[in-house]
Amino acid sequence: MQQFLNVSFTGFTLGAIYAAFALCLVLIFRATRIINFAQGAQAALTTYIAFDLINRGFSYWLALLIAIAAGFVLGAFIERVIVRRVEKGPEINAVIVTLGLFVAIEALVGIIYSQNQQGFPAPFGVQGFKIGGTLIALTGNDRYRIVAVALALVALLALFRFTHVGLRMRAAAFGQEVAQLLGIRVGRMLTLGWALAGAFGALAGILIAGGSFISPSYMQGTVIFAFVAAVLGGLDSFAGAVVGGLILGLTQSYVQSYVDINLVNMAALVLLLGVLLVRPGGLFSASVARKV
Amino acid sequence: MALDSPDVTDGELLGGGSRRVTGDGSGGPALMRSNGVKHLLLVVLAWIGIFLLVKLLQDSNPFRVTQLATMAYYLPAIAGLTVLTGVNGQISLGHGALMAVGAYTTSVLLQRQESLPFIVVVLASVATACVVGYLVGIAAARLHGPYLAGATLALAVGLPGLAVYFRDFLGGDQGLRVTPPSSPAWFESITGDLGRGYVTVLGWALALSALFFLSNLVNSRYGRQWRAVRDDEIAASLLGIDLGRARVLAFVVSAGCAGVGGSLLAVVTRLTAPLSFTIVLSLFLLTAIVLGGLGSLVGAVLGAALLTFLPTFLNNQALAAGLDNSQAANLAPVVFGLVLVLVMLLAPRGLVGTTRTAYYQRRARRSRSTGA
Amino acid sequence: MLVVKDLVVSYGAVPALDGVSLEAPAGKITAVLGANGAGKTTLLRTVSGLVRPKAGEITLEGEDITRLPVESMVHRGMAHVPEGRGVIAELTIAENLKLGGLFRKDAKDSDSDEIYELFPALAERRNLSAHTLSGGERQMLVVGRALLARPKLLLLDEPSLGLAPRIVAQIFGIIRDLVDRTGLATLLVEQNAKSALSIADTGVVINLGKVVAADSAAALSSNDELRHAFLGF
Repeated sequence: MQQFLNVSFTGFTLGAIYAAFALCLVLIFRATRIINFAQGAQAALTTYIAFDLINRGFSYWLALLIAIAAGFVLGAFIERVIVRRVEKGPEINAVIVTLGLFVAIEALVGIIYSQNQQGFPAPFGVQGFKIGGTLIALTGNDRYRIVAVALALVALLALFRFTHVGLRMRAAAFGQEVAQLLGIRVGRMLTLGWALAGAFGALAGILIAGGSFISPSYMQGTVIFAFVAAVLGGLDSFAGAVVGGLILGLTQSYVQSYVDINLVNMAALVLLLGVLLVRPGGLFSASVARKV
Repeated sequence: MALDSPDVTDGELLGGGSRRVTGDGSGGPALMRSNGVKHLLLVVLAWIGIFLLVKLLQDSNPFRVTQLATMAYYLPAIAGLTVLTGVNGQISLGHGALMAVGAYTTSVLLQRQESLPFIVVVLASVATACVVGYLVGIAAARLHGPYLAGATLALAVGLPGLAVYFRDFLGGDQGLRVTPPSSPAWFESITGDLGRGYVTVLGWALALSALFFLSNLVNSRYGRQWRAVRDDEIAASLLGIDLGRARVLAFVVSAGCAGVGGSLLAVVTRLTAPLSFTIVLSLFLLTAIVLGGLGSLVGAVLGAALLTFLPTFLNNQALAAGLDNSQAANLAPVVFGLVLVLVMLLAPRGLVGTTRTAYYQRRARRSRSTGA
Repeated sequence: MLVVKDLVVSYGAVPALDGVSLEAPAGKITAVLGANGAGKTTLLRTVSGLVRPKAGEITLEGEDITRLPVESMVHRGMAHVPEGRGVIAELTIAENLKLGGLFRKDAKDSDSDEIYELFPALAERRNLSAHTLSGGERQMLVVGRALLARPKLLLLDEPSLGLAPRIVAQIFGIIRDLVDRTGLATLLVEQNAKSALSIADTGVVINLGKVVAADSAAALSSNDELRHAFLGF
């Protein structure tokens, strides 16, 4: 029973990270109908920037902030300079562009920093705590991760729901032409969407890295799982991304602990196909019939 | 999902029906349009090609020999993928995994059934790859665009894990050692001792056969159906084309070709391990088809050449520029990734497609100005 | 207010507008009529900048707006209610309305109350998602949204499409009233020529991209030949 609880906690923590990343993908998809496969590589880059800073003596928190800012700028740059040109064409062109960026950025990180695995510091303890007599394997670090993701999520949702900018972004995402007629600079809103996703991804990347090892390709697994999570939830839905992420995190944890670590990826694939065959639009695809 | 690939296939070059794009009526001499003559010409060309290849191998150092073999194992996989994506419009990021299926089948059979003739082993690898391709294809037929990309991505990442799980059978992380078939006496009596060259010749023979097969398929009604499904689903189904079947067939065919590639990969590299089949392989295959031009078999050859020779070239440049080993190894992916991006931004039809389109545009303009 | 001169618009090789000229003065409703495909929607889309003309000139209050970007039109006092209405179904009614006044410097939250007064049906459901609205209610929503921008020029593309005559009359009545009270210039594209002419001051009839008639609404209504040939009644 205790093991089950601990495995579940691990799954939950993992799920929070996948949810965060899936949110980035959904954010971009809602704005531009593109899956940004390069999201993980972007996060790897910003994490290494932070890593570099920490090694030079900066505090973890300052490095984190700088990395988030870097993620914001990088996301904006990629949309404005590169992706903008393929936003209107065939879907496949955009897919290929983001894949190309994925490969290039990851390899670039390998060249600039190092191919080797290195440990990334964790800002909080890596010990669990006790309730009564049982040891709960939810470390300080885990709790920090969950709280950080939750806070960022709330901030993002508040931005969308309660601010002018958020309203404009949503309008631009759901009705580009109408938004233009209403005076909204749609291009700017798209860039902002990518920038926010980049910032959020940077946060997620550092959260994953903390207390663990990083290498240029360390985000690969996460991207794929985040993608599966986003699709599971329905690519248009934030709630779906969160739910999908949690499901995937739990699945990974259970398969890893109770079956075999090597079957984790296959399990994700099976889960994905299972959901898509039954609900091709994902779990939360209550597709609002877009009549006008 | 519309694609930018030009609708003209290599029909004019590799046999099959003649499809004129400009419609100016000039088809060349009547003899050239006959299928039988074209096929005969091709067979002759193939023999000449093999002869030249053998000559080349006799004069090459072992490294070059391996490079030529590498190109031979990339070629069928790339060709199959370019047909799937360019002609049928389905994107797959999992073809590296399908190559793995072929490679592992070959490795296991060569280890356990040493008496099997190599061609049987290859066919078995094609068969297993086709089966997996069929399963994936059924799922894929229901998905499109980013969903399909993601599902095949998950496949690419998930399948190698199976090799580790079934470590007794499939060798685990270390992989399986492969002993390639040795050249038979009659072959050596013609060519002399080519060493690894035998595998290279075998590889090219198989690769070209796959190309020939694909070319015929693409120019047949299957190819037309694939294009119809790609361009306009609704119109295609109104024409009575079974969308699902067409898509699955395309997947199976491309999987079989990847199986051939994987099988050759096993005997050329002499090791089949999960690390040979990372996501980077699938992405490199994608780069090759984009660079060559989606849907173009000639482009596939170009792509295979680029995949084979460019990384070594880049590696050497990087080392010469002072980068260390692991950094130099990363230069190829950087270049490939950037090239992918640039090609999509500037020349979405790929190298072959852009040249071809320019050629046809000029022909059209000329025929218009001559008062057609 | 709005002056269109010799506008030429082509989609590829196909000319949609072939030298169209018209005026939409302040305080008047100018109807643009004609059969399907005549070029009426293209005209509006060119005025608001969604489509670039090949030739011709568009001026608003004397300023040349021919090649201005779409997003800047709102700042110049233009509001375009597009074909298909343009409700953003994923947002609530209140949010849709808010988008109307987004760029007005003097916008207040209470502005929407005016619209709720005009269209009570919207008031009850203000925090519900807009996709729950019927066709008539959607039209009310987008007209209300356009009005919240306090425009000087209102472009309406087939507002009566798919609506019951009673609702059409209601909406048209509100627009007529607004024009009379505030001096708003209105360009009203309609296939339903009868209803349009009933509230319009002047009318322009377009056929195959060319203007075939331009006169007062009364004159157009009483011209039997014209009505039968181009207006379907």
